[in-house]
Amino acid sequence: MSIWKYANPKQFMHSTAWLVPLFSYAAAGFIAVGLIWGFFFTPDDFRQGSTVKIIYLHVPSALMAINAWFMMLVASLIWLIRRHHVSALAARAAAPIGVVMTLIALFTGAVWGEPMWGTWWAWDPRLTSFLILFLFYLGYIALWQAIETQDVAADLTSILCLVGSVFAVLSRYAVNFWNQGLHQGTSVPVATGGRTVDDVFFVPLVISMIGFGLLFVALVLLRTRTEIRHRRLHALLARERAAQ
Amino acid sequence: MIALVKRDLALAIRAGGGFGLGLAFFLILCVLVPFGVGPEPALLARIAPGILWVGALLAALLSLDRIFQFDYEDGTLEVLATAPLPLEGVALVKALAHWVTTGLPLTLAAAPLGMLLNLPAQAVPALVLGLALGTPALSVIGAFGAALTVGLKRGGLLISLLVLPLYMPTLLYGADAARRGAAGLEASTPLLLLAGISAAAVALMPFVTAAALRMNLR
Repeated sequence: MSIWKYANPKQFMHSTAWLVPLFSYAAAGFIAVGLIWGFFFTPDDFRQGSTVKIIYLHVPSALMAINAWFMMLVASLIWLIRRHHVSALAARAAAPIGVVMTLIALFTGAVWGEPMWGTWWAWDPRLTSFLILFLFYLGYIALWQAIETQDVAADLTSILCLVGSVFAVLSRYAVNFWNQGLHQGTSVPVATGGRTVDDVFFVPLVISMIGFGLLFVALVLLRTRTEIRHRRLHALLARERAAQ
Repeated sequence: MIALVKRDLALAIRAGGGFGLGLAFFLILCVLVPFGVGPEPALLARIAPGILWVGALLAALLSLDRIFQFDYEDGTLEVLATAPLPLEGVALVKALAHWVTTGLPLTLAAAPLGMLLNLPAQAVPALVLGLALGTPALSVIGAFGAALTVGLKRGGLLISLLVLPLYMPTLLYGADAARRGAAGLEASTPLLLLAGISAAAVALMPFVTAAALRMNLR
């Protein structure tokens, strides 16, 4: 059995019917544990006070905002190469979730930045590139909505996603060149393993990140199912009209 | 290919609206800004590089939907798609024609308009060189946006939402070069990066533009 069997909408609907509740409950569990632990059972940071706790929302949502785009990129590639409709619909389904994650990250960052940096917003590389990512999401969604023929829309948005990815990375490095920022570097560098955050904060953070990841998967699956049903309904209506 | 360039240029110049309009828009923007922020020379000198670059960006954006729209509507694009010339070549030629009618005049007009905005004289070389290097990228990226929205009735507003984020790196390096020039600093690093973006965009974007056109023509 290969992964491509899920490209069949029927097989996809069949398998995800029980995966969606599974992922939803798991996401709810992980997020609840991560946030409650993080908000109520971790000590305050000695310099940041209790504002440090916004990290449990900020970091996971920022992580998922970027990963959502990556997922769209992979799904777009699969659509362009193998023409699986489920893939195109999954990319479409992920975009609004990515927008919301980007907004959560920007909003919680602003809320944290006001007491810590003394400003809601700064033209810092990380902040700016997130705003640009937000614009890319908006353009992607707008293009999906503007084109009526679904397959053409899937084609064009896929290619926009490809080009957009290149330019998003380019913008990321361009703004780095432009302005040295306020935003701190990561405290959890995966490559070097040199973690600068204590376990007390780290464990609930990881749980919260896993929770957000599961939430994203659950939402994408759910929205993809909705899109498939939407398509089926359209096909059905078209057939009815043709029969009359 | 050369015939197509000639045809597009002739159409753009004779059809009216296309050729001069971008320049006129650029001019009016440079006139409006001092009204908006006040006529203080020091303030104008500081924001002039940014205004000129943003103005060039918007002026280039203004004529983007024209690149493929008419040819798509009257069927010329389908003829071109079946012509021996690959569609990638057509996309490049169209972008070239767009550059000659907007990017080039904007580059030439930037220096006199800079005086209007009290741009320091030492910034002019970096600004003009930056525009000369950066506007080809604006045209080829814009052609991609135009190819995406060519099948739409009202693509004008959508095209700006699609294309402006893609313009971000170009604008960043271009305006930075002009700012460094104004401050009397070495501007070669942003200029080189700008040239790199333009070279990569000119080399790669026609392929995605042609792909988008094929999807729209199918």
